[in-house]
Amino acid sequence: MHSNEYIQFFDGGIEPKLENLGGKGASLVTMTSAGMPVPPGFVVTTAQFDAFIEEAGITRDIHELLAGLDPEDMGQVDKVSAAIREDIRSRPVPPALRELTVTAYESLMSRFDAPVPVAVRSSATAEDLPDASFAGQQDTYLWLDGVKAVTEHIRQCWASLFTSRAIIYRLKNNIPNEGLSMAVVVQKMVNARVSGVAITMDPTNGDRSKITIDSSYGVGEMVVSGQVTPDNIMLDKVTLTVISEHLGDKHAELVPDAVAGRLVEREVDAERRGRRSLSDAELTAVAQMAKRAEKHYKCPQDIEWALDTDLPDGDNLLLLQSRPETVHSSKPVVPSSASAGGYFSGLSPAGSSATSASTTAPASSTPSSTGPSSSSSFNLGSITASLLKPSF
Amino acid sequence: MSLKSFPKPSELPVPAGAEGWEKIYPYYLVFQDKLKEQEDAKFWFCDSQHWPTVFKPFETIGGEFAVKCLGQYNARHLMIPNANGIEFRVHLGYLYMSPIPVPEGQIAARVPLFEQRVGHYFQNWDQLLKQWHVKVKGTIDEMETISFPKLPDMVPMEDILSGKGKDGSEKLLESYDRLIQLAYQNWQYHFEFLNLGYIAYLDFFNFCKQVFPNIPDQSIATMVQGVDMELFRPDDELKQLAKLAVELGLQPNFGNTDDVDVTLGAIAAAPGGDRWVAQYEGAKDPWFNFTVGNGFYGHDKYWNEHQEIPLGYIADYIRRVDEGQEIMRPVEALITERDRIIEEYRDLLEGENQALFDAKRGLAATAYPYVENHNFYIEHWTMGVFWRKIRELSRMMQAEGFWTEPDDLLYLGRNEVRDALFDLVTGWGVGAKPIGPDYWPAEIERRRGIVDALKTARPAPALNTPPESITEPFTRMLWGITTEQVQQWLGAGEAVEGGGLRGMAASPGVVEGLARVITDADQLSEVQQGEILVATVTAPSWGPIFGKIKATVTDIGGMMSHAAIVCREYGLPAVTGTGSASTTIKTGQRLRVDGTKGTVQILDALIPDAGEPELQVTGPGAHSHSHV
Repeated sequence: MHSNEYIQFFDGGIEPKLENLGGKGASLVTMTSAGMPVPPGFVVTTAQFDAFIEEAGITRDIHELLAGLDPEDMGQVDKVSAAIREDIRSRPVPPALRELTVTAYESLMSRFDAPVPVAVRSSATAEDLPDASFAGQQDTYLWLDGVKAVTEHIRQCWASLFTSRAIIYRLKNNIPNEGLSMAVVVQKMVNARVSGVAITMDPTNGDRSKITIDSSYGVGEMVVSGQVTPDNIMLDKVTLTVISEHLGDKHAELVPDAVAGRLVEREVDAERRGRRSLSDAELTAVAQMAKRAEKHYKCPQDIEWALDTDLPDGDNLLLLQSRPETVHSSKPVVPSSASAGGYFSGLSPAGSSATSASTTAPASSTPSSTGPSSSSSFNLGSITASLLKPSF
Repeated sequence: MSLKSFPKPSELPVPAGAEGWEKIYPYYLVFQDKLKEQEDAKFWFCDSQHWPTVFKPFETIGGEFAVKCLGQYNARHLMIPNANGIEFRVHLGYLYMSPIPVPEGQIAARVPLFEQRVGHYFQNWDQLLKQWHVKVKGTIDEMETISFPKLPDMVPMEDILSGKGKDGSEKLLESYDRLIQLAYQNWQYHFEFLNLGYIAYLDFFNFCKQVFPNIPDQSIATMVQGVDMELFRPDDELKQLAKLAVELGLQPNFGNTDDVDVTLGAIAAAPGGDRWVAQYEGAKDPWFNFTVGNGFYGHDKYWNEHQEIPLGYIADYIRRVDEGQEIMRPVEALITERDRIIEEYRDLLEGENQALFDAKRGLAATAYPYVENHNFYIEHWTMGVFWRKIRELSRMMQAEGFWTEPDDLLYLGRNEVRDALFDLVTGWGVGAKPIGPDYWPAEIERRRGIVDALKTARPAPALNTPPESITEPFTRMLWGITTEQVQQWLGAGEAVEGGGLRGMAASPGVVEGLARVITDADQLSEVQQGEILVATVTAPSWGPIFGKIKATVTDIGGMMSHAAIVCREYGLPAVTGTGSASTTIKTGQRLRVDGTKGTVQILDALIPDAGEPELQVTGPGAHSHSHV
């Protein structure tokens, strides 16, 4: 199914707008269209929330209940909060809107051989995000199966706009209730076969021409927390050539147990331990995605990625997180003068006016200046130093 | 197994029938008994990249001129601070080299001299290079005027009338001397820019290795390499001719290209054929001065003397065009990719380093193309004319009874030829029979036997104990001789997973396919579409083959060897400098070539130990050192 005013798929190709999708939803759509595929899913837009509370008659109630509310009166605030949230959770969603959500969910499920669990997360718009702890930012519901659970939790997210803390915050900061809205993200739970991190530089020396990848089986937590020794691969960022690789032991993996709705740890057999957890094609795909993330965010990135078992080869690489690499990216890439050789001596008399070989196109006595020196300078000292290097 | 040393010269067995081989070469080219200690203390590597097969005595001229002139530019022209030239010896018919370092104490004093001299060339590059073309072309033109006609029965009457007072034999001697001098001259010119091209490349190379530690060599090569270079021009001419033939509907005339006259005659007679022939004639001069070899051997065939070779390639291109294949190299895509690579690396740098990157890459991109382009002018064009003239002389002397086969002159050293010429003009001058016809045929037969016997053994990759590390910049640049490579030859390198060979990752990509082992240019017609070419070394004129094959594996050569350059150009994987691919791999074996990692796996090695054949020959006089 396609995206519309009320439902927007991450890969639906519609320009993401913060006011429609909330911060998280907009970011997921942006990343997907920038070639950084996040786990697939869709956003229930703020338009749907707006239409729901309007048609269900909640809007008027909200205004009445909130009018003149004293933020210091905790008991009253709690009462109002509970009433509004109960309204949101219980009043019927207009059938046409509900139908859109059900169809979107079914459409998402149809991408897989069998239905897969999803996560439902709130995605608040900007003015509701004074800091991450408010306005339902924390509302994330994992391992949901079936359309009923999904629609119920969408309402839970909507209701989280009116927790007591959110109400008090808005009152104290004079944030009006008009236009207050909420988008909700419905997204496939990652079922990681292989996962890891990728840094768009060599973290040992800050060399930005490299991509460093750690990779192991299962969910990435064990890599991030250092519980397993992952495979470590370094690639050239420009050509994606493998520069070095070290196979890690990868003795254990965390895999999702959908029935239990949690991750279970299990041992990795010798055969899988003994080989690299990524194929050549997968390795290239991870590196390309890291490169795209860096390009998109315009600074070195540290990404988390996973290969999802439920998705077909070629479409199964997912970006879970991308954040700026902060350890090295503030430092210069290399010593500021890379080629300061100790042998610079300039040009001797024959080169007459060229006192420094690094100046451009000296108007020397030599008749032609159409050589390389006219378009670019060259540094004899560094050329000499190059030759004299003990090895290269 | 890890060996510490390569064999000493005296430890290599002399193939049966090659005894006394050292006497067929000039005294100064073979290892000396009196210098055994000094010579054994040096590390010598075999240059089978340029000289893959045994020298006939005359053919040492190419090795001598080339390596001597290379050295003079390091040691006498440019005063390279830390590198003099390269000493060389012929051992058991193959050329071995040993770079000569500059003593530590002299390096600093050479730096200002070096910078002054190199600076002048880099500042005046275009003008000096233009002048180079004039000088080189002038040499070739003069060479073309030389001829070796049979001496007349008597001095012409007009020379009597004019009071010339000379019998014309002096002209024969002069022509021979001049031909040798002109070859020497262009070999001097050959290196006028070559070492500079490598210096500029090396400078950029080192800079890249510094700012991008472990950057693949391939990336650096790609950033300075010309995409549309003269080296590819002859091949491109053939492709254009093939396309024109298809356009004009001339395909039916290419049925038997081995018969050059019939083929060209039929084309000329066909409608539109005159247009094709005109383009063909235009391409011939100069682009058919192109050898299937490398210019260093008397048996090398040149396109203009063996037009069945280019016509055969054209026929093959025509077939591929008719099958709907794209035969032109993806030049635009290659340029786009090269520009992307340059841009992305450049964008990783800031400020001063970015400016240095631009300057160094700019210089390398200006100077380096010479390294690729000079080859046509010297190895192909100059040497094509040279060998043609030498064959003319050889045939003249054959007619005078000096030897039995047309090209037997090659079994004489170049200074022996001068002796034979004086023998000829003496006999002719005094009206007696020269001695040569009674001396040379038997001697040549004896030498032929020795050369044939030497050919039964492959050279050792190197001799004596290698240094801890190979640091001399040109050795690595020109021959791909690195510390790792030497360790690999010694069997001490990192093993390839699943067994196989390791070499330089010269052109990226991974393919599987069937091997075709080629040890001689004459076997090129055996190469089938989609095979993997395995060769000791490849030559520029093998260009048309690269459109057919999937990958290349060579015994010898570095990142800048011909195979590496051409494979990058054609987008084919290549692994170069494996040391022993052509002897380890058999035609028909299934290979997996990883040009990104530099490995070659033999996927169906049926014979577990299909190594080199036993060297069945031992014997006295294993080496000139052991002749006491």
